[in-house]
Amino acid sequence: MFRNQYDTDVTTWSPAGRLFQVEYAMEAVKQGSAAIGLRSKTHIVLGCVNKANSELSSHQKKIFKVDDHIGVAIAGLTADGRVLSRYMRNECINYSFTYESPLPVGRLVVQLADKAQVCTQRSWKRPYGVGLLVAGLDESGAHLYYNCPSGNYFEYQAFAIGSRSQAAKTYLERKFENFTDASRDDLVKDAIMAIRETLQGETLKSSVCTIAVVGVGEPFHILDQATVQQMIDAFEIVGEQEAPDAAAGQEASAEPEPEPEQGAAAGEGVAPMDI
Amino acid sequence: MTKQQANWSPYDNNGGSCVAIAGADYCVIAADTRMSTGYNILTREYSKICKLADKCVMASSGFQADVKALQKQLAARHLIYQHQHNKQMSCPAMAQLLSNTLYYKRFFPYYSFNVLGGLDNEGKGCVFTYDAVGSYEKVGYSSQGSGSTLITPFLDNQLKSPSPLLLPVQDAVTPLVEAEAIDLIKTVFASASERDIYTGDKLEIVVVNADGIRREYMELRKD
Repeated sequence: MFRNQYDTDVTTWSPAGRLFQVEYAMEAVKQGSAAIGLRSKTHIVLGCVNKANSELSSHQKKIFKVDDHIGVAIAGLTADGRVLSRYMRNECINYSFTYESPLPVGRLVVQLADKAQVCTQRSWKRPYGVGLLVAGLDESGAHLYYNCPSGNYFEYQAFAIGSRSQAAKTYLERKFENFTDASRDDLVKDAIMAIRETLQGETLKSSVCTIAVVGVGEPFHILDQATVQQMIDAFEIVGEQEAPDAAAGQEASAEPEPEPEQGAAAGEGVAPMDI
Repeated sequence: MTKQQANWSPYDNNGGSCVAIAGADYCVIAADTRMSTGYNILTREYSKICKLADKCVMASSGFQADVKALQKQLAARHLIYQHQHNKQMSCPAMAQLLSNTLYYKRFFPYYSFNVLGGLDNEGKGCVFTYDAVGSYEKVGYSSQGSGSTLITPFLDNQLKSPSPLLLPVQDAVTPLVEAEAIDLIKTVFASASERDIYTGDKLEIVVVNADGIRREYMELRKD
């Protein structure tokens, strides 16, 4: 009941010491389609679920390259995400122009967080309605950060945001201890598995998800659909009927993958999966 | 009372020569590697050539500090273009960008004499030549820098480019093959090094073709 009295303005506190507009903005992040990120010592993988308005339209771009060593996945108001990506790209370009070296990730996320904070303390602005998973590599190693509309940021080994992200988080919590020393390919597989958790029954195809990688000796890039489809097929996951090329025949013949099962054989049954 | 004059100049000339020749499916851009000031040599191994995009290379002689600043500007603008358009800039697009960037500083110019070379969208060689404030023209070949007065007449004789004012519009690119053009470049620089004191040491040749970008070097007179 009290919420309605104190939630009109971002500059109005509630009696309980909360800024409801900021919390509503974080709600917008939860409504967006899922995005996940995980990192090892040398690589970071970002993944997101592609949501299209209708069958006729293309899906929204949710993963952006910011620089060769930094990329970002967003969830929430994608327009806000696009604008913030443009800001991040600009900051990277200006920094490397001045210092002839890549912008350290930690500095970028602080700048981003400060920018978000401004919108929580101006009566004529509104908070950005987008959560950002910033993946970057710099001299101090591989980093994954989550930037929130509130202006807070946190560093993570692995994280998931957006709708049905709890399922992915559960999966990641089970597996994260292995991530630091995981190989690049295992990391990508884990990312795809985490995305599968958020789909909760929908068939996993490369047209439904987007994966991007950045790591030592590997500039940030989005994996093409064919590569992703091959990795999906290698898990023997049911449901790639629509695969446009030779991937269709590989379903049964691909080699079994023991590694994802190391948590427990029953682990796969925890998240509801339609087989 | 006479007008006060400055006792220093913001500019310096680091000398050197640049040449570019366009062919049917390649483009050769070359420059010497000597950097000088006054009658002294600062270094014998300075590259005046910069790759701006996948199929676009620029060579500049003049004041190398301004050249470096110009190259950085263009590189940053190219990054922005790539973010916005999801592709590399074509050579003609970069040519226009360079012209605009130079004219932007019309009243405190980049002391930089540029030749831009590369492949256009159809894979044909193209060369653009500039003055310090951005006036530019698409040509079949060009030379800039301290040796240009020695090099240009020789290229005119060898490459016989038809006038762009003639009708029907004729192709400015040379019918020579890549190897012949490179040979011509080497000859031209060897000659320029003989008489131009600012040209010499080493010749850097960059070739842009469908396979990508390749670099070659040749020794020149060190005196």
